[in-house]
Amino acid sequence: MLQFVLTRLLRALVTLFIIITFAFFVLRLAGDPASRFFDPSQTPPEVIAAFRRQWGLDQPVWVQFYRYIIAVLHGDLGNSMRENRSAVETVLSKLPATLEIMVPTLIIKTILGIAAGVTAALHRNSVFDRMIMSLSVLGFTVPTFVLALVLALIFAVQLRWLPSGGYSTVSHMILPVATLSIAGAAVIARYTRSAMIEVLGRPFVRTAAAKGVRSSEVVTRHVLPNAAVPIVTIFGFMMGSLVGGSVIVESVFSWPGIGRLLVASVQARDLAVVQVILLLIGALMVFSNLVVDLLYGLIDPRMRSRGGRAQAA
Amino acid sequence: MKGALSARELKRYYTLRQRGSLFSTSKTLKAVDGLSFEVAPGEMFGLVGESGSGKSTTARLLLGQIPPTSGEVWFGGDKVGSKPDANWRRMRKRMQMIYQDPLSALDPRIVIAGQIEEPLIVHFPEFTPADRRRRVAQVMADVGLLSHHGDRYPHELSGGQRQRVIIARALAMEPELLVCDEPVSALDVSVQAQVLNVFADIRERTGFTGVFISHDLKVVRQVADRVGVMYLGRIVEMGTPDEVFHRPAHPYTKALVSAVPRTGRSARSRIILVGEPPNPVNVPSGCPFHTRCPEARSGCRSLVPELVASGGRAVACHLVNNPSFSGGEAA
Amino acid sequence: MIIEQEVVIASGSVIEEKRRVTAFFQAWPPAVIFAILWLLLMMLIAIFAPLITPYDFMAVDVHARLKPPLFFGGSFAHLLGTDQLGRDVLSRALASIRISITIALCATMLSTLIGLVLGFTAAYFRGWIDQVILTLVDAQLAMPFMIIAIAVLAFLGNSLVIFVMLLGLNGWEQITRIARGLAISADTQGYAAAARDIGASPWRIYLRHILPNISATIVVAMTLNIPGVILLESSLSFLGIGLQPPQTSLGNMVGYGRDYIQSAPWIMLMPAAVIVVTTLSVSIVGDWLRDRLDPTLR
Repeated sequence: MLQFVLTRLLRALVTLFIIITFAFFVLRLAGDPASRFFDPSQTPPEVIAAFRRQWGLDQPVWVQFYRYIIAVLHGDLGNSMRENRSAVETVLSKLPATLEIMVPTLIIKTILGIAAGVTAALHRNSVFDRMIMSLSVLGFTVPTFVLALVLALIFAVQLRWLPSGGYSTVSHMILPVATLSIAGAAVIARYTRSAMIEVLGRPFVRTAAAKGVRSSEVVTRHVLPNAAVPIVTIFGFMMGSLVGGSVIVESVFSWPGIGRLLVASVQARDLAVVQVILLLIGALMVFSNLVVDLLYGLIDPRMRSRGGRAQAA
Repeated sequence: MKGALSARELKRYYTLRQRGSLFSTSKTLKAVDGLSFEVAPGEMFGLVGESGSGKSTTARLLLGQIPPTSGEVWFGGDKVGSKPDANWRRMRKRMQMIYQDPLSALDPRIVIAGQIEEPLIVHFPEFTPADRRRRVAQVMADVGLLSHHGDRYPHELSGGQRQRVIIARALAMEPELLVCDEPVSALDVSVQAQVLNVFADIRERTGFTGVFISHDLKVVRQVADRVGVMYLGRIVEMGTPDEVFHRPAHPYTKALVSAVPRTGRSARSRIILVGEPPNPVNVPSGCPFHTRCPEARSGCRSLVPELVASGGRAVACHLVNNPSFSGGEAA
Repeated sequence: MIIEQEVVIASGSVIEEKRRVTAFFQAWPPAVIFAILWLLLMMLIAIFAPLITPYDFMAVDVHARLKPPLFFGGSFAHLLGTDQLGRDVLSRALASIRISITIALCATMLSTLIGLVLGFTAAYFRGWIDQVILTLVDAQLAMPFMIIAIAVLAFLGNSLVIFVMLLGLNGWEQITRIARGLAISADTQGYAAAARDIGASPWRIYLRHILPNISATIVVAMTLNIPGVILLESSLSFLGIGLQPPQTSLGNMVGYGRDYIQSAPWIMLMPAAVIVVTTLSVSIVGDWLRDRLDPTLR
């Protein structure tokens, strides 16, 4: 068990390292970081000089890289050009807003998606099933921004039930959360359904049913735990698309979170902020993948002894 | 120029690591454990044994497809290397393999003529397409394939035809050494006879040196000039087919030969071996056969018998080579 | 809530002849037919766009701003209406389709090429090279590609070349995994080993033997990758980070049209509809191809 946890941890660290290296690499390709991170006209030259020294910009590449890593660990990554305070501060200040839509989305789409998927699987080939499947296909083929705009068009513009953007009341939260939840639930429903169907077809389920165990018990005690593994798999992917989706949704609904900050920073070439967001998201993804991996180990005892990730697809 | 093949103390071990534990224990799988034999130019050497005896591994070692853990293979005065570099690829011109499963050894998407032609493209870039076509047609005729077969795909041919394609492809380069790994095991008996005839015809014509590996004694008896019997990675007996099959000396050979059904001999005279089937991971100490040998002595448990040759015959058994080596009753 | 068991319905005869029509539609479901037709239409537009656009897509006509499309009060002059600068929406849409499809195809081919090279390299060399490539695949899977793309575009600027190359990095990891897996199993399958035994060089083995045999699966993987590229490109263009003016793309159009969501929703809806239908069509065709050619893929 310990070896399992350690290997996972090691993998996570290696991935994190690769992401940091990637950020460094791209940064260097872009040219001199100092001139990118600081607006020369607004920053005193001593600050720029200190920055260069700290990063060793005239030193060989590996020295720079080493210093870069130290800087990352210290959270010292330059100032936001637009807001004239530390980039890290800037990003962290927008974090709560993003969390305000991400957390409810996670909860809603999980519940909705799993419920829809389970129901569809249990009433396979019925009208309900087909309906859910068609909706779910739409849910993940339609790009997030189209979905967001269509919902805005219907509910904000035509029906005027909800505001189309902004950050003041709870009703402002509804459309962003709804958009992301629908898209996410669609994917979850599809995977849940196929995982359930696969488990339902297995002999031990039929045995349980033949023994006279009640359907509901069969589902909760036998089917769901076995179907949990593939469902947990997609949680890894879910985080990724959730992050990407929130960028879009925040832009459409003018929600002042990290996503919108990212877009604005890109357009204004405020690279310090972009870099911090990149690293933050990288750390978040690695962490969530680690959690998923460890969950695997808990749910499926086979994983623990094999010492390797299951060959999915 | 046909060459002589020489295998010298070939060993091939595999380490199996048990996964999942922090302190992994490893076991050694001894596929081939000290194999030595000589094949004269133009001679066909048969190698028999049951599954797990290391026959296929031997085939691949002889051709240098896998590196030996220790020991060497020499052919025609050159050492056979196993690193797949350009030199090794050039050696392929002289030595080829016939496989047990012809279907999997053929590319499902290329027509037969193309597959037979391929070695020519690789090794004789100076040939024109017309030259190649001529050679392919000739080789196909040699093995008994009709010209229209050339346009077929592997899955459109029968098992016997496919094996003939493999033989044709191997022969296209006129190799000096042909190693055949259970070439007729997957075929019906009547088809076996056809393919063996093909072998005989070609041997008469080109006189290649060959190693014929099989678990089927009847086939080996027909084809080989000399035979070696393998058990757990070693040769336990060697000699002419007549000597080995009619006057077996090693207890294992005796049991093998008695298992072949023959008219006039009742089932009761068969020697049935008891004990666990050979497992190359757990090679018994001393003589590897002692756990199942009906004539084992206590000494057989501790000392490994050498393959001792007298004349053309060789046996690796204490009871034959060391008659005074008793040490007590049968174990 | 029921757990369904298989129920066999007894019928009169053991063999029932299928009606021709039913058989036809079973082999070619209507959804697939529609998807294929739509895609053909898109390809034709992509090829012939400059010839069929009624107006130059960049032509500005201030007098004709924000005219609605044909069935919503507009005129034949502008079948799909005009946008805020008086540009004909239909022409812009046709031009956008051309650009978006071309980019999607180029990017997919690029990612397939990268995937094949890396996958084969990993399969051939095994050992530490294999481990490195697998770790890279893992790392790529860890991050949402959109974020990476945005970061790179931020740092490296936004030329068309960089943009297409970046899109070409979307999905290479899938192809790499598939190519690597298939190459490794082709090796064990024997014909690759046999080719090696003949003395063929690794190049020959991979290009002449392994690649043709795995092409079906690779083509399916490519097809399933295209919707992702289209979505990525249109999302980035929508945000204003993708294709820059004067280039137009479907995502761009939706982005600009957003400001007029109340007064002139058609500017935004029409390109959005094209994106959705096209992506859906590619997915449908891709799934169908996969079921026909290689059911083992999923």
